[in-house]
Amino acid sequence: MSSLDQLRFALHALSFHRLRTGLCLLGIAIGVSAVALLTSLGEGARRYVNTQFKSLGTNLVIVVPGRSETAGTIPGVGGAPNDLTLADARALEREVHQARLVVPISMGSETVANRERHKQVLVLGGTDGFIPARELDLERGENLPEMEWNRSSSVIVLGAELAAELFPGENPLGQKVRVGDRRLRVIGVMADHGQQVGLDIGLMGLVPVATAMSMYDEPGLFRIIIPIRAHADMQSAMDRIEQVLFERHGELDFTVITQDSVAGALGSILGALTLALAGIASISLIVAGIGIMNVMLVTVSERTPEVGLLRALGAERQQVKRLFLWEAALISTVGGALGLLITWGATRALGIYLPNFDASPPGWAVAAALTVSIGVGLIFGVLPANKATRLDPVAALRQ
Amino acid sequence: MIELEGIWRTYQMGEEVLHALAGVDLTVTEGEHVAIMGPSGSGKSTLLNVIGLLDRATKGRYHFDGRDVTDLTDDELSAVRQQSIGFVFQSYHLVARLDAVENVALPMVFAGVPRRERLKRAEAALDAVGLGPRKHHRPAEMSGGQRQRVAIARATVMGPGVLLADEPTGNLDSASGSQVLDLLGNMNREGLTLVVVTHDPAVARRAERVVVLGDGCIAREWQGSDVVSLEQLFGSQAEQSSP
Repeated sequence: MSSLDQLRFALHALSFHRLRTGLCLLGIAIGVSAVALLTSLGEGARRYVNTQFKSLGTNLVIVVPGRSETAGTIPGVGGAPNDLTLADARALEREVHQARLVVPISMGSETVANRERHKQVLVLGGTDGFIPARELDLERGENLPEMEWNRSSSVIVLGAELAAELFPGENPLGQKVRVGDRRLRVIGVMADHGQQVGLDIGLMGLVPVATAMSMYDEPGLFRIIIPIRAHADMQSAMDRIEQVLFERHGELDFTVITQDSVAGALGSILGALTLALAGIASISLIVAGIGIMNVMLVTVSERTPEVGLLRALGAERQQVKRLFLWEAALISTVGGALGLLITWGATRALGIYLPNFDASPPGWAVAAALTVSIGVGLIFGVLPANKATRLDPVAALRQ
Repeated sequence: MIELEGIWRTYQMGEEVLHALAGVDLTVTEGEHVAIMGPSGSGKSTLLNVIGLLDRATKGRYHFDGRDVTDLTDDELSAVRQQSIGFVFQSYHLVARLDAVENVALPMVFAGVPRRERLKRAEAALDAVGLGPRKHHRPAEMSGGQRQRVAIARATVMGPGVLLADEPTGNLDSASGSQVLDLLGNMNREGLTLVVVTHDPAVARRAERVVVLGDGCIAREWQGSDVVSLEQLFGSQAEQSSP
């Protein structure tokens, strides 16, 4: 008996019970698409975070106030005995020769307004080094002026989207905007770089760091970012930064982290999350497999006389078994393919709404979901098939 | 063709031991037409199943077509059934989802006959039972007599030496019943060995030999012209126990 004949026989049997077969297919399809879709989302999130961090440049060291016991995690807020100051930043600039730039950053949220148009955005205090450090560009106008960090100046550089919202159809350069209770002159507009790790560059204002600190009445810095020179050793740079600040503070009340370690930690969290989601989704696949088994058991008892007949016609036990296994395999394979089709459609639809979120299912997830669904079909098909195989032909015919 | 020597078939029913067959000796020669009769529970169907290698004797020896088949493996028995034995059942046992040709072709599927040849032979077999025009009808679209003729075509399509029929006319009216019996009779005349289990003396009368079972043993045998008188002898009892 050729495989083609077995396949044809199984197809015949399945198409005879359309509703039952259809529901079984649906169960498997939902299981497979759940696995594939959830891993796609998880993987997509991981890739998204990765590319976002890559866009910041990899050799970036960040000093944040406060101590975190485990390096590589984002330190908790609060409980910083000593602020990071502009003087600390200056000292780092002077004494850490591996540093390409040292940029002190103060951050807060403010309403930026041009007459009746206004918007609540992040207004970041920095230096002229901020734009090169974050590898940004100016669309027009000028960067913050090079000047003493502890001096205020009533100037602001706007993000592209913010500029467009506040000055529709106008040239914002030279105009005044209200930021909190201050009036600042727009001296530049940054080019549109889209979203960068929690910071929407397009919807952001950049002012001199001292201006921001007095605006927020904040004596300490939010953080200091330090891009390291291309060929310098990251670890020795970090050690040097820690040493300089330790000498100034007398204790380790700050944390030195790298962009890579943050990205790595986030990546592994998302990876674990993806696996957990896939695990939860596989439960639905197993439930679908039990569904197949249930239907196949019903099929076998319904077709007991048929099994008896096939045996009388000279079918061997193994041939009978294979016929039922084919049915289970067909349901799980076709169901799996349907599930992948659903996944493909869903990720495409997602791609339309979130164009820069790549949620195409990872190859391993597709392969795993298909393998598992076929495996589930076969494993849960074996029990009913064995039941059919063990039937006594005489008793089966009499039923 | 069929040689049974001291065949016992014993069932364990809880504490009780039931002898469905208790030492049956039966020889059926090639081309013979034998009817097996007897009241319900006399072991007729068990005997037919043993002859058809669907069931194994508990004790005794069985030679089929000169070969000792008593101790064959399950797969070997399947092969013998496939090649040499045809079955016809009271309830036809057609596969409802398959049309007539596909039902007839079914035994050849397991024998590994290529599909094209299978369908050709199945159509020829259907023509031979007068159902050529109905080859693409499903069982539900056919009368009982037609279904039984499809079943006969299926039982003979592999060219078996023996055809075993268990109450082949049990579900049929007398007109389609005699049509089926005529068909079986013709096949027997062309050399097919025919063993029919029946309650119906009218069916048994067509056989050359009638074997009557009682309590698992052969109680009586009629041969040749004696069979004709059987209806008077057996009539009343057979009437009562027929379904």
